[in-house]
Amino acid sequence: MDLIIATFIEDNIVPKFNYWIYVILMMIGLYAMITKNNLMKKLIGMGIFQTAIILFYVSIGVKDTAGIPIISHHGSEHHQGATVHSESGPSSEEVSPVKVKNNTIDKDKYANPLPHVLMLTAIVVGVSTLGLALAISQKIFKSFETLEEDEILNKLRPGSHD
Amino acid sequence: MKVFGLIAVLIVGVLLLSATKDFPDWRDKDSPANEGPVSSFYIEKTEDLTKVPNMVTAVLADYRGYDTMFETIVIFIAGIGIIAVLRNFDEPHSSSIQRENNDEGGGLLARFTCSLILPFIQIFSLYVVAHGHHSPGGGFQGGVMLGASYILLALAFGLSKAKERFSERRTMIFAAVGIFIYVGWGVLCLLFGKEFLDYSVLNSILPGDAKWARSHSMLVVEIGVAFTVTAIMFSMYSNLSTRGRLSKGL
Repeated sequence: MDLIIATFIEDNIVPKFNYWIYVILMMIGLYAMITKNNLMKKLIGMGIFQTAIILFYVSIGVKDTAGIPIISHHGSEHHQGATVHSESGPSSEEVSPVKVKNNTIDKDKYANPLPHVLMLTAIVVGVSTLGLALAISQKIFKSFETLEEDEILNKLRPGSHD
Repeated sequence: MKVFGLIAVLIVGVLLLSATKDFPDWRDKDSPANEGPVSSFYIEKTEDLTKVPNMVTAVLADYRGYDTMFETIVIFIAGIGIIAVLRNFDEPHSSSIQRENNDEGGGLLARFTCSLILPFIQIFSLYVVAHGHHSPGGGFQGGVMLGASYILLALAFGLSKAKERFSERRTMIFAAVGIFIYVGWGVLCLLFGKEFLDYSVLNSILPGDAKWARSHSMLVVEIGVAFTVTAIMFSMYSNLSTRGRLSKGL
């Protein structure tokens, strides 16, 4: 039994633990959004949910050998200079394709930029929704003097008001 | 209710977890997302085509320029929405109330520390905006930092003091100007005969060739984004912390 659990963990959880973390975080957020009575706690759940999605996307773009997706100027210039010196024999027309070939960017050296860009926009939308939600919560508190959902529903019910 | 919620959450969680074994491993450089043609194109060709070494900024401000433009507009609408929700337009807020609350803000130590570090925060945030296409940074990040410096000013010296520097009227003008810069730069491309937000045509008014025009245009666009984000961040804080009255903040 222990062996089965150990192999399961080794095969399914360890190589894919980023997905496990994102699912667990997302479920914490979803649970808070569904069951919590207080509107602020719902908003906190929404924040956790958004964070889980951001974590998921960013973890997709991770590569084993990669750094940040910014090309270093100093490294490439140095590299280019070295190739020019070594290729002294042939004429300049023949050197240029070789130089270009050596200068191509190894895409395993840079993390995938696309998830980062998408999540930058997601963070911005998260800020906007959070700000607007806080504003609406303040307005609700001003009208009903509570942020508990059931109390608000009680006050909204016809008859109990006035 | 809580039990039903827990059951629903558990079912969804188990379904999602059962799907994880079809996903590629973590740090897998041959996964579909990393191996796909779009990401490979961005990594290999971005610096060649746009002279911008920071691929994230290049994709954000050039290749996905529409996305970022409407993102800026989303922030702008959120800021306007907060004011529209919270402001009580029936009772005009008198400026005399704002002047009365001189005791708001932090103590002596907080004021002194903030007055020392605020210039450095603002200069660094401007650097993040201006250098965002060559190093980590960009309009959103630098704009948030610049907005946060005004929030710090409001926390340390009181909201009325911060409002003297960055009044609400000025805030909304800044936010609108940011979007105007972004959209106007796209329309300028239209006027020069190319498509909307196709910066390469602007080399006739910018120094350098078409590639450098894309690089410089990204800077312009990021500055527009930074304007809007700065203004809306401070507007959000000042409205949320005072319930839209803009007086007697935290």
